[in-house]
Amino acid sequence: MSFSNLTRRGLIQTGAVAGAGLALPTYLRADGHSGYTNAPTGDTVTLGFNVPQSGPYADEGADELRAYELAVEHLNGGGDGGMMGTFSSKALSGSGILGKKVAYVTGDTQTKPDAARASAKSMIEKDGAVMITGGSSSGVAVAVQSLCQEAGIIFMAGLTHSNDTTGKDKKANGFRHFFNSYMSGAALAPILGENYGKDRKAYHLTADYNWGYTTEEAVRTSTEALGWETVAAVKTPLAQTDFKDYVAPVLQSGADILVLNHYGGNMVNSLTSAVQFGLREAQANGKNFEIIVPLYSRLMAKGAGENVKGIFGSTNWHWSLTDEGSKAFVKSFGTKYGFPPSQAAHTCYVQTLLYADAAERAGSFNPCAIAEALEGFEFDGLGNGKTLYRAEDHQCFKDVLVVKGKENPDNEFDLLEIVEVTPAAQVTYDASIFGGELGTCNPGA
Amino acid sequence: MFGLNAKDTRLFFIVIALVAFAPFLMNPFPTDSAMAQFNAGYPDLMQRFVIFGIFAIGFNILFGLTGYLSFGHAAFLGAGSYAAVWMLKLLTINVIPAIMISVIVAGVFALLIGFISLRRSGIYFSILTLAFAQMAFALAASVLTPITGGETGLQTALSDPRILDGARDAGGNIPAPGLWGMEMRDSAEWVVSGWQFTFNVGYYLAGLCMILAFYLSIRIFRSPFGMMLRAVKSNQQRMNYTGLNTRPYTLAAFVISGMYAGLAGGLMAAMDPLAGAERMQWTASGEVVLMTILGGAGTLIGPVLGAGFIKYFENIFSKINDNVLHQWFAFMPDGIEDFLVTIVHPFVGKGWHLTLGLMFMAVVIFLPGGLVEGGQRIARLFGRKKKAADKETDASKTPAE
Repeated sequence: MSFSNLTRRGLIQTGAVAGAGLALPTYLRADGHSGYTNAPTGDTVTLGFNVPQSGPYADEGADELRAYELAVEHLNGGGDGGMMGTFSSKALSGSGILGKKVAYVTGDTQTKPDAARASAKSMIEKDGAVMITGGSSSGVAVAVQSLCQEAGIIFMAGLTHSNDTTGKDKKANGFRHFFNSYMSGAALAPILGENYGKDRKAYHLTADYNWGYTTEEAVRTSTEALGWETVAAVKTPLAQTDFKDYVAPVLQSGADILVLNHYGGNMVNSLTSAVQFGLREAQANGKNFEIIVPLYSRLMAKGAGENVKGIFGSTNWHWSLTDEGSKAFVKSFGTKYGFPPSQAAHTCYVQTLLYADAAERAGSFNPCAIAEALEGFEFDGLGNGKTLYRAEDHQCFKDVLVVKGKENPDNEFDLLEIVEVTPAAQVTYDASIFGGELGTCNPGA
Repeated sequence: MFGLNAKDTRLFFIVIALVAFAPFLMNPFPTDSAMAQFNAGYPDLMQRFVIFGIFAIGFNILFGLTGYLSFGHAAFLGAGSYAAVWMLKLLTINVIPAIMISVIVAGVFALLIGFISLRRSGIYFSILTLAFAQMAFALAASVLTPITGGETGLQTALSDPRILDGARDAGGNIPAPGLWGMEMRDSAEWVVSGWQFTFNVGYYLAGLCMILAFYLSIRIFRSPFGMMLRAVKSNQQRMNYTGLNTRPYTLAAFVISGMYAGLAGGLMAAMDPLAGAERMQWTASGEVVLMTILGGAGTLIGPVLGAGFIKYFENIFSKINDNVLHQWFAFMPDGIEDFLVTIVHPFVGKGWHLTLGLMFMAVVIFLPGGLVEGGQRIARLFGRKKKAADKETDASKTPAE
């Protein structure tokens, strides 16, 4: 190769053109008059629903999308209004948000941080979404939350249970209604102590990403405080579908409890393997062998069928709750889709209403104004009783449900029974224990 | 010009023009029209077009010229991404060092893998590279979690050192990757009676890289070194019998193409400072093979076209949901509308893979030379009687068999 015809003049000319080209955007910067990214200009406002439509959490994603569609219908004045009627704040009137009709775009996170960010980016850049919500994995939630922080968009987390989302990786533009691993551990431990005794040996199977880690840690810490011993903790890949090799060594390990820090399709498969290996009937150390699933959902219970009977776990919300908010939500969801909603659907629906309500109260779609309206907001009537959006870490504090697989279900949806409602005070922790910093609110543009 | 012959110069200028005017070309429909769904002129997707263009150009230097089919190229892309994000975390938020280090790291990585894999050819080579890439993926996703962030991916954080320019920007947030004050996500927008065109800093930086990468690839194709690589493809045994050791040539091609992949990975991290392990998965390696074959392996422009084609499908078709379909067919009677939506539904949204698969089959069966061959056939159909020019086209665009 030769660069024989590269002259000094040519080099200077090329350099000048390249320099001018690079400098041009600084002069052309045209957005910035509205004060924040994607300020809605027409008579509609666009929300971005970024949910897993493929991968191990696809069932949750489908249910989240149903909830979002229902929420949009209610916000725009359609249907029976659902929880808008029971919500303690009365700012929402059913005429959209701030008089603008709510429109939405959807995307597939594939439960991969990369794909989720690409999908969220296209919603922000192409479709002009002012808020991104959804997701059923903490890895995705953390990735999309930091993207929204950079872009100056509000992120209302969907189902994400890792401590990191509002702990180590919290962001000023991100908000979470769902509970977290710490709360699960704190709520579950007393019940486990009561039922299984103080002298137990636990074996953990943990999904290999940040949610798995924090859940394992939370359950370990709280059960070891009871006097339990942790025999082993094995990490399993998120994409794993066959857990036989992971379950096989459990009985020989000397453990008498198996903790499945798995969610969605992972949990269905690992629990099925555990049952096939006869762990439910097994005896170890002179006690009945038991299985625990820290984070439970109706969709998982449905997938695992018979196998969930008598298994303890925790959940954010369950459709059999009898407060006014839950009843209203179950009724309008059931009327529209013919079956009760999952906890994923509930948290996504609630997040959408909370966002809309905050925008109404703030009188603007500016992310900073909305963040201010949400911080320290106390509300009721959305299915979890009195709830606080804590200002320090943008985490909701509310009661946690400890549930158990029902022994004799009446129908195919009635798979879990509520063992105890752990009051919020018992699961509240200091905002600083997980480290991380919120940073400052970024309105973008 | 630039040491290229007239034909290549023309092609080079066409590519420059395409990159420079992509914001117009990709946004042919007014923002309010029903067809706006098909606009692709937003920064993220345009960046992806050129970045995957670079990736495919690099892959084509190996596959198109030597015929060695690497099934593990995504490993270099991933290694480049991780290196770049670490640079953004440790040194500076300026993207230049990040991009440079990503090329170097990928090059070293490629040297290592190439040195071992190139001891075999054909299917064994493919399997070896696949095995290495899967190994890299498994390491990144699990074992090396402290370095790679595992399944969560590696991101910039407020607690990073960033020795040269500090951990946080003026507002107290994580600074966004930039170039001396210009952030990669900065855009200028130009609204002309309904049309909206976005000019994005990151896109033009990536575009500039692609133009340079494309130029380098033309020079390699036309050099004696390129000729040697073609000879390897046509009959390696004969070359060995004449007493020539081909391995240094193939290894050089492998490393160059690995560095291209590293550049692409570095740019991806520079546009969006996150590196996930799934970038290294075998599906990602397979994707670049698809891109190259779909566009036309062994041609100069083919891989770029293939990359654009696949990324367009992935990002545009995957976002068409039932709601959008109902809007399209709303003018028809209810029964027919629902029927049409049911028919189209499996091919859009999450079914975009199916559409892409069908297109790929059609291209491989009817246009073995890829999209480039399609373009040539159309040109011939319109009977442009430029025999001399055609001859030249064939020489530069048909695969070197």
